[in-house]
Amino acid sequence: MSIQAPDRVDAATALLVTGTQKRPRARRHATPGFVASWVALVILLVITIFPFLWMLRTAFTYNADIFSAGVSLIPENPTVVNFRRVLGLATTEEDLAAGGNGSGVDFFLYLRNSLLFTAVLVIGQVGFSALAAYVFARLRFRGRDQLFTIFLSALMVPPIFTVLPNFVLMRNLGWIDTFLGLVAPYLLMTPFAIFFLRQFFLSIPREVEEAALLDGAGRFRILTQVIMPMASGPLATLAIITAVNAWNEYLWPQLVGRAPDVRLLNVAVATFAQSSPSASPDWAGLMAAAALQVIPMAILLVIFGRRIVNSLGFSGVK
Amino acid sequence: MANSTSAYPGLRSRLRKSDAPTAALYLAPALVGFAVFYAWPLVQGVVTSFTDWNLLSPAHPVGLDNYARMLQDPLFWNALRVTLIYVVVNISTQTVLALAIAGLLQSVRARLVTRSAILLPWLVPNVAIAIVTLFMLDPNVGFVNEMIALIGGKTQSFYGNSELAIYTVALVNSWRNMGYTALLFYAGMQTISPSVYEASSLDGSSGFRTFWSITLPLLRPVTALVLVVSMIGSFQIFDTVAVATAGGPGNSTRVIYYYIYQKAFEQFDMGYASAMGVVLFLIILVFSIIQLRTLRATDSDVS
Repeated sequence: MSIQAPDRVDAATALLVTGTQKRPRARRHATPGFVASWVALVILLVITIFPFLWMLRTAFTYNADIFSAGVSLIPENPTVVNFRRVLGLATTEEDLAAGGNGSGVDFFLYLRNSLLFTAVLVIGQVGFSALAAYVFARLRFRGRDQLFTIFLSALMVPPIFTVLPNFVLMRNLGWIDTFLGLVAPYLLMTPFAIFFLRQFFLSIPREVEEAALLDGAGRFRILTQVIMPMASGPLATLAIITAVNAWNEYLWPQLVGRAPDVRLLNVAVATFAQSSPSASPDWAGLMAAAALQVIPMAILLVIFGRRIVNSLGFSGVK
Repeated sequence: MANSTSAYPGLRSRLRKSDAPTAALYLAPALVGFAVFYAWPLVQGVVTSFTDWNLLSPAHPVGLDNYARMLQDPLFWNALRVTLIYVVVNISTQTVLALAIAGLLQSVRARLVTRSAILLPWLVPNVAIAIVTLFMLDPNVGFVNEMIALIGGKTQSFYGNSELAIYTVALVNSWRNMGYTALLFYAGMQTISPSVYEASSLDGSSGFRTFWSITLPLLRPVTALVLVVSMIGSFQIFDTVAVATAGGPGNSTRVIYYYIYQKAFEQFDMGYASAMGVVLFLIILVFSIIQLRTLRATDSDVS
């Protein structure tokens, strides 16, 4: 997907000069249109990023200072007390003094739960979906393609529709407020993951596999040692998409995972927001809590920015 | 798979035999997941929609009563109306903004870091988005209102005013998704041949005109696909409403997804909730089919 961005004015120059990652941006003349485009883009970027900077700035501000803090992005009187409070490291007195309600939230635990939930879903979904996708791409048996179509049609069903019976099932199994109940509906497959991986497995030449079969390799070895390494890019992309979705999951976890020991960060932060007095909300604490949700994704973006951005071209189905 | 012309004829016999046992083994987890968490709930949901069930006593069949009740339920119609406003406002603003951003990214040949930065809100959980925007838009200490006051405008309670609330939710989600949608369009733009632009620049066409009369028409298949996908998602608005407004003030943001949720899990009216789920499913299905038809019709535009 690393196609060079074709430029509308000096595309020819671009084609001559490029070929590698370097783009001839310096050659660009600063025409009024170009400057206007940049200005517009910068404004849009500020609108996109600013609320998160403001969130961070507030998270490092005392609640008492919020009214008078002005519009500077750097807190005048910075503090980490809000992070200490939401991570359960501050004493009740500290919490009350800083504008909390003294109830002692422990987002450290919820952060750990969320990271675990995300990791388990990524491993389970990608692994099990890879097995299924390989079957649909390569193995032959009667009714395979019909079965695949049936799997795919599940993409159309709105989650709220299946959430109702799934909740009842979890209740009957006694899995409410257990980690198993939390991950169960997502662990084994998603139609999207199977569809996505099957596309890539199909594009791998059969000859590669036949050579391995000739060497006496079994199907499982072929999948894990030939196919999956060749599809490592799409697998990583799928893992990232799965992680982002798992991190964002709210409806299901707040139905079956309200107990503190399995509570996810999303549920905890939402509960924290709802229990904050509406007359004088604990904004600094809330922003520190929200920052805990934002920072892991910002790190993911910094590390995997190229992969995430480039993957959007073909993952747009989600 | 028709392409069974193997380079290794000796393998033919080994490849021709059915892989059913291996396939069954590898498919087992996915099949269980599909059967237990997709197929069975689908059947259950439809069956439940014809019953009256409060989770405590056994369900008893009521025929089409739940569907008849929907027709009489002003809150159901309100939910549909609010959802429709949300979808129209969200999809229109998000698509226009995303197309504009994609055009700008293209015209300045934005670096990867710019394209990554624009994606950040999409990676952030809806719960965090709701809380951050609640703060930004707060009538007393919110940054947006401070700015409005600074230029002498009238401050607003964006989430707390029943006239504004659903538009606020829609625009907040447009803001969240515009960068993501823009990158989908941007990826589509990269598939347009540079020679097209070259020809247009030789004709003396300027930036905006090129975008309007060349990029947009050639991008139509991508636009149609993005519209289908984002509209399906848009109908399922829940998280932001649940955290930021809880359906209020009044019923002004009680979208269909949230109304179903409340019926099922706050009032334990499972039959009625399921019936509304069936209707939502059908609505999404009809919209998808219409849009996919349109998509096929626009395919001819490129070649």
